[in-house]
Amino acid sequence: MIRFEPRGPVSLPRMIGVSVAAAVVALVLAAIPMLFAGLSVFGAYGLMVKGAFGSLFAFTEMLTRASPLILTGLAAAVAFRAKLWNIGAEGQLYAGALAAVAVGTGWVSGPSYVLIPAVVLAGALAGGLVMLGPTLLKTRLGVDEVVTTLLLNFVTILFVQMMLEGPMKDPMGMGWPQSEPILDEAALPKLMDRMRIHFGLIIALLSSLAVYFLLKRTVWGFEIRAVGENAAAARHAGIPVTATFVRVGLLSGALAGLAGVGEVAGLKGYLTADLSPGFGYSGIVVAMLAGLSPIGVVFAALFIASIFVGADSMSRATGVSNYLADLIVAMALLCVLVSGLFLRFRIRFVGAPAAKEAAE
Amino acid sequence: MSDIIDILLSANFWAAALRIATPLIFGVIGALICERAGVLNLGIEGIFTAGAMAGWMAVWLGAGLWGGVLVAALAGGFFGLIHAILTVPLGLSQHVSGIGVTLFATSLSYFIYRTALPDVSSPPRIEAFKPLDIPGLSDLPFIGPALFQQTPLTFFALALVIGTAYVLYRTPLGLAIQAVGDNPSAVESQGLSVYGLRIGAVVGGSAIMALGGAFLTMSAFDAFFFGMVNGRGWICIALTVFASWRPGKALIGALLFGAFDAFQVRLQTEVGSFVPGQVFLMMPYLLSIAALVVVARRADYPRALLVPYFRGQR
Repeated sequence: MIRFEPRGPVSLPRMIGVSVAAAVVALVLAAIPMLFAGLSVFGAYGLMVKGAFGSLFAFTEMLTRASPLILTGLAAAVAFRAKLWNIGAEGQLYAGALAAVAVGTGWVSGPSYVLIPAVVLAGALAGGLVMLGPTLLKTRLGVDEVVTTLLLNFVTILFVQMMLEGPMKDPMGMGWPQSEPILDEAALPKLMDRMRIHFGLIIALLSSLAVYFLLKRTVWGFEIRAVGENAAAARHAGIPVTATFVRVGLLSGALAGLAGVGEVAGLKGYLTADLSPGFGYSGIVVAMLAGLSPIGVVFAALFIASIFVGADSMSRATGVSNYLADLIVAMALLCVLVSGLFLRFRIRFVGAPAAKEAAE
Repeated sequence: MSDIIDILLSANFWAAALRIATPLIFGVIGALICERAGVLNLGIEGIFTAGAMAGWMAVWLGAGLWGGVLVAALAGGFFGLIHAILTVPLGLSQHVSGIGVTLFATSLSYFIYRTALPDVSSPPRIEAFKPLDIPGLSDLPFIGPALFQQTPLTFFALALVIGTAYVLYRTPLGLAIQAVGDNPSAVESQGLSVYGLRIGAVVGGSAIMALGGAFLTMSAFDAFFFGMVNGRGWICIALTVFASWRPGKALIGALLFGAFDAFQVRLQTEVGSFVPGQVFLMMPYLLSIAALVVVARRADYPRALLVPYFRGQR
């Protein structure tokens, strides 16, 4: 039989190794649906690698896709650290995008050094506010935040649709439900000529460093980790648990909101109701692959982004559905969850007599 | 005002309420069985999608309608088994595993559908379940059209409520399932297997959830669409709390929800010109949040919900 023996503190190489192993297992398992779809596994992976890394354009596209994933990954990582189950990053992303468009399409005018910060702050604030509701419902009334954040995703996206078909509809949009374009002064700058890669990546990387610093080096970060370890004990020790949850909720929502800002003010230039192909949900996978480490989130987001960008390119070449990417990402989440066991436990296969001995 | 009374007095309205409630009844009963055994199953949204796709595809491939129902239940049971293995013997986070199962079941369903049907402009249709015509009952005034002109799956859902209540409260198995969600070590000391009961409850509950999805593609509509589940699974999780984990209350909760939804659709045709359609579409989600808030203070969660059990460890 199998015995789980608890392990002590985990070393960094072991943590990284376990996540990498989980990603590799997911990629190996993905061979099954690939064969089912009639693909040659090595050929398909070859196309995917080429699609994500094969040229400067491919590489910058991958980085562009990683930018929102880093931010939604951070949103999930920060919240999960405190065991605040924010599954609402998708809705918070849309709220951030909506606020960015509200501020950035002519409501206020000014030079770039005023407008860009205004757009960024508005998006972060909107995302934070959307998460504030479920957080307060949890701390004040004991309402489970998993379900409320999930349900708010649908409400927020419907609200965005309503605004895009109503007051915020672009009169020049040929009847399409889309917002007016973001002013040039409010748009995030491009990082390279003729590529789509934009300043959102820098925002994402800075956020990752900021969250790392917050968690490692500040009192608030210590409180977040303590609440996540054991909320009851933290309260006993005099840590303001409720205030910590509210801070975490606001921060997590704000990070997801920033992802929306980047997509709308850096990439698309205007808002539509299909802005995000599930970045909020993929962010959960990113955070788990990263072991909830803010620095790890960057690398996990690069991995997930290369799957998505690579699969898009593979799909265009072979005609096989790019839902394959979502499938690989989902399997990666399940694999990393299982591989977590190898971090927390030493797994021993013991023979029957030994097991009997242990039972006695 | 008289319009509202007219709506509430029409047999059509109540027939629609019951129709909208049917997938939710399956979902809430399935979720309730899992949670009574101590396992939160957030795989529900994906399991709905898998049931909808697998059931539809089986019928489309010629399995017959009840064959399709069986395939949907098996698909649900399969994803339930994944969740059960991860959360029961391995004791992993029920939240993360559930989300993982939802992502996995959804993407696998979409991938299989797209691979089987690469380029179809409009989704192929099947011959879906037809409303039953029960001689005598279906012709009763008002009650006939409201209650007895539903498809067989609706009656199956109603029977399932009674069956689940009976098993849960009147059989040793049901009492053991309740106990394993409240105090697993007491169950172990009775010589029963905590793992066996929990895994069985999650697999069975997931198979039932999948029937809610199958109802969508085989009764409510006759085709499979991407995104057709649209949060119904999450709504069921909220309704389960609202129903205090009781089958009877689950039925009442689902019917109330169905009535509200049917009502707002009819209201929309009255006031639709003043109020944007999205306001009405938001209602089910806001209503579910409201239902959670109403019961939050006195919700009596199964005591061992979310708590993994490890043998020989107190």
